[in-house]
Amino acid sequence: MRRRLATFLHRHAGVRLSLLLSAPMAWLGLAYLGALAALLVTAFWSTDTFTGNLIRTFTWSNFQDLVTGEVYRTVALRSLGVAAAVTLIDLVVAFPMAFAMAKLASPRTQRWLVIAVLTPLWASYLVKAYAWRVLLSSEGILGWGYGLGATILTLSYLWLPYMILPIYAGLERLPNSLLDAAGDLGARPWRTFRTVVWPLTFPAVVAGSIFTFSLSLGDYITVKIVGGSSQLIGNVVYDNIGAANNLPFAAAVATVPVLIMLVYLSAVRRTGALENL
Amino acid sequence: MRSTPRRLSRTLTAVAALALAAACGSTEPTGTAAPAPGSSGFTPPKIEALQSLGAGEGQVNLVAWAGYVEDGSSDPKVDWVTEFESTTGCQVNTKVAGTSDEMVNLMKTGEYDAVSASGDASLRLIAAGNVAPVNTALIPNYADVFAGLKDRPWNSVNGVSYGVPHGRGANLLMWRTDKVSPAPDSWGVVFDPNSPYKGSVTAYDSPIYIADAAVYLMATKPELGIKSPYALDDTQFQAAVDLLKQQRTIIGEYWSDYTKEIQAFKAGDTVVGTTWQVIANLAQADQAPVEVTLPKEGATGWSDTWMVAANAKHPNCAYKWLDWIISPKANAQVAEWFGEAPSNAKSCAETADPKHCDTFHATDEDYFSKVYYWTTPIPQCLDGRTDVTCKDYAEWTRAWTEIKG
Repeated sequence: MRRRLATFLHRHAGVRLSLLLSAPMAWLGLAYLGALAALLVTAFWSTDTFTGNLIRTFTWSNFQDLVTGEVYRTVALRSLGVAAAVTLIDLVVAFPMAFAMAKLASPRTQRWLVIAVLTPLWASYLVKAYAWRVLLSSEGILGWGYGLGATILTLSYLWLPYMILPIYAGLERLPNSLLDAAGDLGARPWRTFRTVVWPLTFPAVVAGSIFTFSLSLGDYITVKIVGGSSQLIGNVVYDNIGAANNLPFAAAVATVPVLIMLVYLSAVRRTGALENL
Repeated sequence: MRSTPRRLSRTLTAVAALALAAACGSTEPTGTAAPAPGSSGFTPPKIEALQSLGAGEGQVNLVAWAGYVEDGSSDPKVDWVTEFESTTGCQVNTKVAGTSDEMVNLMKTGEYDAVSASGDASLRLIAAGNVAPVNTALIPNYADVFAGLKDRPWNSVNGVSYGVPHGRGANLLMWRTDKVSPAPDSWGVVFDPNSPYKGSVTAYDSPIYIADAAVYLMATKPELGIKSPYALDDTQFQAAVDLLKQQRTIIGEYWSDYTKEIQAFKAGDTVVGTTWQVIANLAQADQAPVEVTLPKEGATGWSDTWMVAANAKHPNCAYKWLDWIISPKANAQVAEWFGEAPSNAKSCAETADPKHCDTFHATDEDYFSKVYYWTTPIPQCLDGRTDVTCKDYAEWTRAWTEIKG
């Protein structure tokens, strides 16, 4: 019996493949795309304000409020700015660090450096955010106070490993011989970087930026802890679920970061970076 | 060579997913009890109260605010459930809810026997027929509850009691004694755009804080005619929102996590703003030079009620729990742990800190007459007006987003 089954599967590659893929596809389809679809559908419903029950009839009103409310535009743009700033800061900090790790350190040191970069991930997100709160407090070591700047700084710290590791992986893939060849042909360091290193590690940079950008775009806790009186998209979603029990409007607001990420990903795709990951 | 980065990037994806899950999973401390007044103007469904008490059913399922049902798992010294279980034979199963909305939804499932409802949730539960009237004759300790807490709009309808009072507290004005002088006696210090404490003022981060602005307007702009800070028509609401937008310019940060506020006051980042009594106590214990007062305009606050589900599967154990949680000793323990005024007059003799009742003004009806207990605003004006529509909580939430900008 087992042998017959094995023979059957051996002959029918299609059946074999679909059996292998059915579990991950079900996960992707139901848990992931299903959740997104539920989100989208919910965004077109409304709630009864007294009983808090969902009213399952189609309405555009949530999106109307979202588009006409000036405050949501402001908050969306602010969130976008924060995500872009965090990504940029992380890139500037991570690239030299990843380069040193991949090209300058000995293999033994390299391993230790990777561990060092990963270590902060073992500590709780909240502990790290509160640590920054203490540092930035007017009586703290830095004493810069809270606000949007503090939020960007803290998020940059939190997501830095997610930028360093992909770039490190990308640089490790870059053969040293290419750098030597560039040098032998007379290229100065900056030119080597511009024409050899950067183009070849660009896909890795893009991978890292997807992490830092999307993680920053969805964050609502850091800004609560060190953001002073400012708010981001995540806070608007959270307030509508947690305080107002208005799930449909929260769902409508939540489509904004989804749209931004779709635009970002399609822009990335046009550069061809995704094919080289 | 290629496989390493691949595996690495896959690991990274997993790590990222974990980080996201961790970020989303963390919750902030409960925004305390929300609570509330309001002459409602609705007729509750007819449900009979329990007529006589039978034997316990062996267990009871509760929906409660964090800190209301403690069995020693948070702190071995904080335990008033174990003794209840051994005395009555009713095993206690607790579901902690984070918001009033969550409580209402949980009670709608029919899986629970009793709930520590705040004012807004209580009226909605009564109106929807999710909770039954409570026969207070079956609850011996009810006799010792402060008279000022019995038969109030948030726990009774038309003279019929729907629960037993748990405890109450007020949102106060706290300031740093070394940085703020003279000592403030008015909310004006947090609303004045020319406040000398610009950038060091704090406010509670919830739409319900709009009511605090309304309380201040009741005193400073009587021409608006605000009678209840939870019943605001268009003009009144706009005035409160404008006041808060103006306040936004002097706010250092908003708080909803009480540890955050303690730290801000201790460090001096925040020098004046709204608070709870328990926060002031903790800050003082931390050597922060802070004082609190109930400003002359009055303040918002909370008053919670234990209610029994209309279709409770364990009604006898539920009644036993209601009697237990307002018994002098247990009520004293929960009031001290949470930092509020107990509802049982005899609890004042049972608190570990003999001054607890004085600190929390448990016997001071004059103090509480200036407190407007939190309630969720609904379109039907809670102050009894029928010629206008009031702003409901969904609109308060949107306005709050707008205020913060």
